[in-house]
Amino acid sequence: MTRNLLLVGTRKGAFILERGRNGAAWSVSDPLCEGWPIHDLQWDPTTSSIYAGGGSAWFGPAVFRSDDLGKTWSHSSEGMTYGDDGPKIPTVWNVTPAHGSIFAGVEPAGLFRSDDGGKTWAHVSALRDHPSRENPGWSPGAGGLICHTIVPHPTDTARMWVAISAVGTFATEDAGATWEARNQGVVDCNSPNPHPETGQCVHKLVMAAGEPDSLYQQNHCGVYRSADAGGSWTDISKGLPSEFGFVMGAHPRDAATAWVIPLSHPEEGRIAPDGALAVWRTRDRGDSWERQDNGLPQEHAFVGVLREAMAVDRGDPAAVYFGTSTGQLYGSNDEGDSWNLVADHLPPIWGVEAVTLD
Amino acid sequence: MVTVILPRSLVSLIPGCQRTTEVEATTVAEAIDRLDEQTPGLRNRLVDSGPMIRQHINVFVDAMPAALDAPLRPDSTVHIIPAVSGG
Repeated sequence: MTRNLLLVGTRKGAFILERGRNGAAWSVSDPLCEGWPIHDLQWDPTTSSIYAGGGSAWFGPAVFRSDDLGKTWSHSSEGMTYGDDGPKIPTVWNVTPAHGSIFAGVEPAGLFRSDDGGKTWAHVSALRDHPSRENPGWSPGAGGLICHTIVPHPTDTARMWVAISAVGTFATEDAGATWEARNQGVVDCNSPNPHPETGQCVHKLVMAAGEPDSLYQQNHCGVYRSADAGGSWTDISKGLPSEFGFVMGAHPRDAATAWVIPLSHPEEGRIAPDGALAVWRTRDRGDSWERQDNGLPQEHAFVGVLREAMAVDRGDPAAVYFGTSTGQLYGSNDEGDSWNLVADHLPPIWGVEAVTLD
Repeated sequence: MVTVILPRSLVSLIPGCQRTTEVEATTVAEAIDRLDEQTPGLRNRLVDSGPMIRQHINVFVDAMPAALDAPLRPDSTVHIIPAVSGG
């Protein structure tokens, strides 16, 4: 029997939710990962493992791993360092298994790789060696200087994209030996030079289904698409109520379908515009957008949704989920046409991942 | 033997870790290394790059604040205590 799980990262630990059978409510676990702040959870179908990335104010960064659906966990950050003279790493923002390895994006922005299941980590140093870190420099956004998104190529182990807030998107085509900035066409609306090579504040990067060179991004300054692996970007914000938002989700089979949640202007709260919560879906690669608010609160919903807090499962139709910074978790079983409250009263939600077990 | 007293939150995080452990050590760094040999991973939770004690971990030797290189007497007591922080 198919089981549906949601892996939820919060400011007060990880949670695992499981859909009840025959329409019953979702079950909610106790706080996992010792109640540590957890930014991101991911499922590795090749090993049936859950990975959780986060960091403790006391005990530093860690990637947690569970091989029994969250009953027991191990954790490590061995090797997750910039060296004795380098900056200290407080937390992990993204953990992504790919091609037998595990990658971790951390703060301050950098990328680490584990080839032993998360026991030890090695710095992918060429990313931080990119000349833009020295000139013009990498400066933190409001969330910090964070490598928050890792997008591996589905088949080519040499290719990967990463996204760093207030710095931009980078790609490697030689397994991390060198990295290239991929921000052409993306506006930096906080700079007198709106088209720098780097400095664009990407909030989330997703890959279109079945088209590895087709990417979407929700940026601080707009929503964009690329048809050439990030080599150039086209603004697709027209029709949305705001250029600003954090999350973006891609359909599991239809490359033209994606979801965003526009939020109010970054200097005006970064919350649901006018207190009316809505998801926006495109079916045509961003040429047009439709508002999806059926079942979502339409007044006094002054909530935010942060960059890792949307997930799309591989069902048909696909289920879409998102979590708010005030602890509500919403789900749609019909690709956003209608929504239900899956869970409430969770801690501030930072990450959502959907898992289907056959 | 030096007595090392660890916080409850660390004991629950590291399997096999005890609240109170006795080790042979002449500095705080050595004491942590001995504990890490018994329960691998413990050092990484207490020691950051530098190396230095993590920013929000406080170490006391015989009730006095101490760093990694602080000397220990054979009968010293080392308290490792998370700083008051959070929200």
